[in-house]
Amino acid sequence: MNAVASVVRTVEATPWVMPTLDYTLLAPILIVLGAGVVSVLFEAFLPRSARRPAQLTLVFVSLVAALIAVINLQGSRATAGQGALAIDGPGLILQGTVVVIAILGALLMAERGLDPSGDAFAARASSLPGSEDERQFTARGYFQTEIWAFFLFAVGGMMLFPVANDLLMMFVALEVMSLPLYLLAGMARRRRLLSQEAALKYFVLGAFSSAFFLYGAALLYGFSGSISFPEIATALSSKTGETGLVLVAIGLVVAGLLFKIGAVPFHQWVPDVYQGAPTPVTGFMAAAVKVAAFGALLRLLYVALGGMRWDWTPMLWVIAALTMLVGAILALTQTDMKRMIAYSSIAQAGFILVGVIAASPAGLAGAIFYVIAYSFTTIGVFAIISMVRDNNNGEATHLSKWAGLGRTSPFIASLFAIFMLALAGIPLTSGFIGKFSVFTAAISAGETWLVIVAVVASLIAAFFYMRVVVLMFFSEPTEATATVEIPSVFTTIALAAGATVTVLLGIFPQPLLDLILNAGVFIR
Amino acid sequence: MQEVMPATGVFSLLWLLIALPLVGSAILLLGGRKLNKWGAYLGVFTVLIDAVIAIAMLIAMMGNSAEQRTFSQNQFSWMFAGNFKVDMAFQIDQLSMVFVLLITIVGTLIHIYSLGYMSHDPDKRKFFGFLNLFIAAMLLLILANNYLLLYVGWEGVGLASYLLISFWQIKPTAAAAGKKAFIINRVGDVGLGLAIMVMFVTFGSVGFQEVFGSAGQASEGTLTAIGLLLLLAACGKSAQFPLQAWLLDAMEGPTPVSALIHAATMVTAGVYLIARSHAIFDIATTAATAVVIVGVITMFMGAVIGSAKDDIKKSLAGSTMSQIGYMVLAAGLGPIGYVFAIFHLLTHGVFKAGLFLGAGSVMHGMNDNVNMRRYGALRTAMYVTYATFIIGTLSIMGIPPFSGFWSKDSIIHAAFESNTLVGVLTIIAAAITGFYMTRMAAMTFYGKARWEDDVHPHESPKVMTIPLIILAIGSTFLGMGLLFWGNIETWLEPVVGIQKEEIAIPEALLMAITLVLVLAGAAYGWIQYARREVPTIAPRGSWLTRAARQDLYGDVINDTLVVQPSFWVSRFLVWFDGSWIDGLVNGSAAFFGGLSGRLRHYQTGFIRSYALSMVGGAVLVVLALVLVRLS
Repeated sequence: MNAVASVVRTVEATPWVMPTLDYTLLAPILIVLGAGVVSVLFEAFLPRSARRPAQLTLVFVSLVAALIAVINLQGSRATAGQGALAIDGPGLILQGTVVVIAILGALLMAERGLDPSGDAFAARASSLPGSEDERQFTARGYFQTEIWAFFLFAVGGMMLFPVANDLLMMFVALEVMSLPLYLLAGMARRRRLLSQEAALKYFVLGAFSSAFFLYGAALLYGFSGSISFPEIATALSSKTGETGLVLVAIGLVVAGLLFKIGAVPFHQWVPDVYQGAPTPVTGFMAAAVKVAAFGALLRLLYVALGGMRWDWTPMLWVIAALTMLVGAILALTQTDMKRMIAYSSIAQAGFILVGVIAASPAGLAGAIFYVIAYSFTTIGVFAIISMVRDNNNGEATHLSKWAGLGRTSPFIASLFAIFMLALAGIPLTSGFIGKFSVFTAAISAGETWLVIVAVVASLIAAFFYMRVVVLMFFSEPTEATATVEIPSVFTTIALAAGATVTVLLGIFPQPLLDLILNAGVFIR
Repeated sequence: MQEVMPATGVFSLLWLLIALPLVGSAILLLGGRKLNKWGAYLGVFTVLIDAVIAIAMLIAMMGNSAEQRTFSQNQFSWMFAGNFKVDMAFQIDQLSMVFVLLITIVGTLIHIYSLGYMSHDPDKRKFFGFLNLFIAAMLLLILANNYLLLYVGWEGVGLASYLLISFWQIKPTAAAAGKKAFIINRVGDVGLGLAIMVMFVTFGSVGFQEVFGSAGQASEGTLTAIGLLLLLAACGKSAQFPLQAWLLDAMEGPTPVSALIHAATMVTAGVYLIARSHAIFDIATTAATAVVIVGVITMFMGAVIGSAKDDIKKSLAGSTMSQIGYMVLAAGLGPIGYVFAIFHLLTHGVFKAGLFLGAGSVMHGMNDNVNMRRYGALRTAMYVTYATFIIGTLSIMGIPPFSGFWSKDSIIHAAFESNTLVGVLTIIAAAITGFYMTRMAAMTFYGKARWEDDVHPHESPKVMTIPLIILAIGSTFLGMGLLFWGNIETWLEPVVGIQKEEIAIPEALLMAITLVLVLAGAAYGWIQYARREVPTIAPRGSWLTRAARQDLYGDVINDTLVVQPSFWVSRFLVWFDGSWIDGLVNGSAAFFGGLSGRLRHYQTGFIRSYALSMVGGAVLVVLALVLVRLS
């Protein structure tokens, strides 16, 4: 990958210079991608029975090692790989968050205590849904362990995404992140047709959006003669007169990234995929992709297009307002828990965009805080969704099955209520601090009207979050009310971490806010 | 202004004074039934330790020179927002010191007494938990070094008072009385809240030092506003006109509560507030005059009510109102009166606590009957109660050499120094005091026995009589002690200031006139209620008696002026909420729900329409960029 970037860069320079790679700065990414390669080898050479323990050990050891490597880099502020990557404060915080979320996501994916027939993934992805093959594989107790290789590559891509400092690296990161996710989305054990349809939609639309990004990147290169963000910024500020295609280029590049964060009108894949994908994958994806993609979007907008902010803020204003309102309004009439959370995640992306639009250090810090808080809450939400089961031991995703859950399982219902309050932005939860920081940043940047729209959208959103709470605690349990299965230690840890961070950041947000503020801005 | 010393030595325990009963109440209230056995003793213990610490502090304070008796202890920064900053900081000076002593020592005695009085109550543990909570809140009120922290204590005592008045909430009257006290107190609390806000706006701070230090720079109008708001607060807490109606009903609470909260300590918080804020009242003379007027009105209202009630506790409650009226009017006199207001507050705290506990002891022996028309001739049946009650009676009437004489005489003297009319009024009220207290003592302990059947009066156990005896000793000697040995005037002078004026008539003559009038009132009471037969059914009485039995129509006035209008307003609001607000909310919910239903149709599930939407989005994004550039 670096070679590609270097080649492009050295086209004009005649002598071939060996690119210098700073391995310390790249260590976290290399650890995870290397572990992905080892994971593939495990699949090829280890006997079936040994794969799961080996893969799980590999995943957790490599992720923890990557986390240590990230922490070890704190305070770094340099570019690596001939300027293709920028290892700076915000980048490292986002990388660290991705790794932690990945650990929690892996815990959810490793769970085998909830579905009596195994884990959340199909016994054999290649078997046709409903076929004799499928029954056979299920009956023999087959499990897929290939998911861990996909998972590690996806995490590697996510870690690369927010530190990518040129267009090509960003595109590579985007694809390395997305391709394994398309596959993972199609591997649900139950309701496989829905899952496969979701995966296909995600893939086709994702490819479509990648095309937007690539086309925009080509135009930007054509304009500036460089793919590096700082050099694009220089070109944009020096060639002020020539606009024309630059605006198209910016629009297309940004559209490609807006697809990944699920902003309106690039959002329609979100509910279908969130509903169809295996719940642990949805949880991981909903949390980690948001972190990585917002990191990338922030870096692109603040570093490469920082000089153009008067051009892109009104555009993003429209997108953010649409995203918040459409997400919140559409969530009102959803009857499926996963779809409702999907629309909620669309609205949340709109709230984070409010911080992006502020285009200030405060806005950057607010957006990063928000996305971190949101990702932990989301992991907790999906952990609980995977635990709430109906009579057939499938996930009870229909809202009516949650009625009276507060009576039958008060503890889990209370945790879910906390998550709902956090998503609604009620004080003493992380969601309130997140909303407060992005809204104040936007107001000091003069975006009062956008904040008013955001508050209206919050009000609408509060309705459906509270409806779940009311449903759980103020309705009588019925025959159809779901039961809460007791998970193994994996999901328990993930749930506990999600709940703890959600409450802790609501009461003591200052340490994290300080950390983000001290990390400074993106390196230019 | 006095020097503020850091709280070292024994004063470093300031926080512990509050923390001990607070922790005690937390343990008692959260601890559950396991604590039933020894919980009450824990409640007594925390207050007893507090009293010991308080006495140690007094000794340490007396060792310092008069200018170095203010100690301040900053625990932590409590809240800050912009330039608004409040510390969790405590301060003790000569004024707080005497309050702390009153609260902890009288508090301890009442806690001990309650061991006997509440011994058969199933909720004894809860009772002591509430009592401890009260002590903690009251000490916070007294030891706060800023108005906001004082407000916390102010609300805390209000809460404890509410909980304790309606302690026997199984009785609807007790539950209603608690609510009434709480709601009327809210009116005063709003006054205190507004006063704090005005202070912050005016002075930029709510700390005592800062506010008093810059009081001279504020306009007199502002200070008058603050003063009147503080007076409103004091009226609520100290049951002064026009917020007096709750105190009589508050007698539904257990008698130790009436003694501790509704006689000795909480109801005097208003006097403390005014004395503490003297720097404001010294300049805002209009507000100070209002304080005097309120004090005079309440002094007479209380005395009249006390003269007419047949319920021994309500009669004492009327007397409390009247005596606090004395203190409030003295506080309104300015530097002439502050010291004597506090002096009377201290002696009253002791003798009124003794009188209430004595009444409780009588009730204890009379099957909890409170009707004095059913008492009579109890002096032989319960001799200790009788003797201590009589000492309290002589003290409150102002008979030398008992405590009340010295403090009340000082107030009367101060009133004459300021204004002859006020002076005359205080003497008349003293005469009425002589009448109603004699009436109470005569109906209870003298005359013929008018007991109901199967009532067998008996003396209370030692755990109750010993506090009575200690309080009776206090009722006898505290006045002289404070005046001659304790030098209350020089002790308090550095905090509240003192001023002496000449009066027209000689001091001895004034004293003699007062005594004669008091004795005349007492004699009339004696003739009416000891010599003559007391009917067991109350006679119709004069119009004044009938009015006084109705608490001088306090409830009727409240009902007409406040309760009924509130009902109308709330009915209007319910209607408005139901038809307009709900309409708006439901309407917007229906609107967004409908919109949601419409928008759902665009989520077709077809990948082609999704892709089209993305193309539309890309066009929108580019168009927006171009439009911005063009405009």
